[in-house]
Amino acid sequence: MSTTADKKAGFGSVLWDYLTTVDHKKIAVLYLIGGLFFFILGGLQAMLIRIQLIVPDNEFISAQFYNEVLTMHGTTMIFLAAMPLIFALMNAVLPLQIGARDVAFPFINSLGFWLFLFGGIFLNISWFAGGAPDVGWTAYAPLSLFSESHGVDYYAIGLQIAGFGTLMGGINFLVTVINMRAPGMTYMRMPLFTWTSFIASVLILFAFPALTVGLFLLTFDRLFEGNFFDPEMGGNVIIWEHLFWIFGHPEVYILILPAFGVFSEIIPTFSKKRLFGYSSMVFATILIAFLGFMVWAHHMFTVGLGPIANSIFSVATMAIAVPTGIKIFNWLFTMWGGSIRLTSPMVFALGFIPTFTIGGMTGVMLGAAAADFQYHDTYFVVAHFHYVIVGGTILGIFAGIIYWWPKMFGTMLNEKLNHWFFWLFFIGFHLTFFFQHFLGLMGMPRRYWKFLSDQGLDLFNLISTIGAFGMAFGTIVFLINVVMTQMKGEKVSADPWDARTLEWAIPSPPPFYNFKQEPLVRGLDPLWVEKMQGDGKIKPAEPLGDIHMPNRSFVPFMISLGLFIAGFGVMYQGAMWVLAVIGFGITAGSMLHRSLKDDIGYHVHKEELEEEGDGSNG
Amino acid sequence: MAEDVLKSGNLPENPERATLEGRNKFMGFWFFLGGETVLFASLFGTYLALRNSTVDGPTGQEIFGLGLVFLMTVILLTSSLTSVYAMYHMKNNDFKKMQLWLGITVVLGFAFLGLEIYEFVHYVNDYGFGFTTSAFSTAFYTLVGFHGAHVAFGLVWIISLMIRNAKRGLNLYNAPKFYIASLYWHFIDVVWVFIFTVVYLMGKVG
Repeated sequence: MSTTADKKAGFGSVLWDYLTTVDHKKIAVLYLIGGLFFFILGGLQAMLIRIQLIVPDNEFISAQFYNEVLTMHGTTMIFLAAMPLIFALMNAVLPLQIGARDVAFPFINSLGFWLFLFGGIFLNISWFAGGAPDVGWTAYAPLSLFSESHGVDYYAIGLQIAGFGTLMGGINFLVTVINMRAPGMTYMRMPLFTWTSFIASVLILFAFPALTVGLFLLTFDRLFEGNFFDPEMGGNVIIWEHLFWIFGHPEVYILILPAFGVFSEIIPTFSKKRLFGYSSMVFATILIAFLGFMVWAHHMFTVGLGPIANSIFSVATMAIAVPTGIKIFNWLFTMWGGSIRLTSPMVFALGFIPTFTIGGMTGVMLGAAAADFQYHDTYFVVAHFHYVIVGGTILGIFAGIIYWWPKMFGTMLNEKLNHWFFWLFFIGFHLTFFFQHFLGLMGMPRRYWKFLSDQGLDLFNLISTIGAFGMAFGTIVFLINVVMTQMKGEKVSADPWDARTLEWAIPSPPPFYNFKQEPLVRGLDPLWVEKMQGDGKIKPAEPLGDIHMPNRSFVPFMISLGLFIAGFGVMYQGAMWVLAVIGFGITAGSMLHRSLKDDIGYHVHKEELEEEGDGSNG
Repeated sequence: MAEDVLKSGNLPENPERATLEGRNKFMGFWFFLGGETVLFASLFGTYLALRNSTVDGPTGQEIFGLGLVFLMTVILLTSSLTSVYAMYHMKNNDFKKMQLWLGITVVLGFAFLGLEIYEFVHYVNDYGFGFTTSAFSTAFYTLVGFHGAHVAFGLVWIISLMIRNAKRGLNLYNAPKFYIASLYWHFIDVVWVFIFTVVYLMGKVG
């Protein structure tokens, strides 16, 4: 089972390698490719929306198609772009940051990826099967019950499959952090990215099952004549909204917390200072997660829950601004008096802070229940959540991709192009969304196909569309940069940024077993501790010995494929039930195979490691 | 060495947590049950919101028979006890007795499932209370059916483990598998206690 056989691999064996891999670093690459693909897809959908709205009364795309594009833009970006890109960073970095050789559940890690991918593909097949979902990414009942095409069924089943994968990924990282830390890596020495990913995983664990149930109810109502959301049969449409937002609000913290973590790594590295207020950062992260579970009804202020409920949720929502503010100030104080290097990840961080602060501020405005009746379902909301999701999550993801690119691929993205990417994207972003605040305040509702001329909406919509092209050009620059960098293939050292944490102590890219010897962690920012107090090399915590590794497996792919096939059977029913039988059969058989066949992994022997020479710890 | 985990006999005191893989499984499964708790909490919430929405269909008060449900409760709770006995024998490294008590657990599980199927058939045939009758019926069958599906899954799981390991006995590789299967079985039981209270007791007298 040695990997030396893989070294001179043709396309077929590389493909098989990735189809069966259980190595978290390769799964990270898969998540990155999958996430970027859907990011581009969602971005193209955004461009269609903005082109439709470039002038009043435009006929660029039909109303029906507009609804589909709008729904798929939101769904794709949240579930199929942002989430997997975050998982890409977690997989690439988190085990290395805590000095682990592997994640706790390599098999389940791979299963999580394949479920995401098959769920995403399933959802997008709707385009070619009679129309995509057309009811908004929130799929509110009863609208979602009246949608006639199978689009909403594709939405419910596709997200169901992808959601299982996310849940498994979350559990994997929880156990990895708790059980797999290297000697000396106490909780309060964990890098902030690990901390925020850990807390985000807690959120995934407790938030996603609510979505699972919501999607089941929707599926039952649409496909099996259930009555959950049908008022004539005693159903209640508000149940969907509750379940969706009990999931949906923690979800936005799942998206933003890892981005906070990324910036908490980047800012200390490029300020040459330890993170200001480390323990308050940890505490603020936990507090945000805790509060994040009790604010879901602020999405439903106009539903009519009554003044008491609205007030409580309003106050809870505004309370989140406090721990978030703590974080903002900690980042600023980290930079204060530091020797700042304006590398591209740092520039992303500098762009993030004011952008996210604006998004947070409009969040507090929206959190004021009385005022929300005015803002609700207008472009003000659209501007707000793009400020926090693009200005926070997406900037964080790209900063993280650029920052850890050398660790993932052993090459360095071109800094000049990175800066071009940032400025095009950043200026484009503010042009697109800043003016949407005013469009919203003027009363332009979100999700409308057209607006009329001479209502003061023309200019800002035009600017907004121009800005969107800026973001698109920026993304193209990034993609060109990726291709050029990988074509050139110039290798970099283990620690090209002069960074502080454990992942930079091993070669770029790391060997498949990560650490030849378990590292000994002697403080916060362990590599920096060794640079300042030692010889710059991490000390091993154990003598060189055999390393236990998991076996590769094709079973995760099969389990996911089975559910993918079964989804069509459940949806189309009739003669297609046979597909459900086949699909569930494949999944059940694969699970049984996994459960009953011994899989104890293999060992990399000490002698092999000695032959490879020194390369593990610096 | 990796192969050692497949040797039976002379196991440590807590074989389910003796290896790192075992500890990971143990903890990961507890987290999974945390997620399952939210899943059932969401179903319970939905049920509570819709339990009076009977429209023209029968109400819970009209159809629920506490005698049958009480019997089901006793059977399922007893099966939880027998799975505890099985784990007790696992820790004593007595594979035969563990298999025996797991076997009894499975029999009780099937008895429960059979009674549940009988109950559903009875509702549909004698009261015209089907999945599509009212919002209440949809919520009822979804909540109780989810639990029933969990029971069925647990039975398949435990039986597979028993058959797979029948000839080779207990080792450090399969001990965690048996242990988390029994954890799962307890969880199913706990959920049923809530179903018994919230659905049947509150439905009959609440």
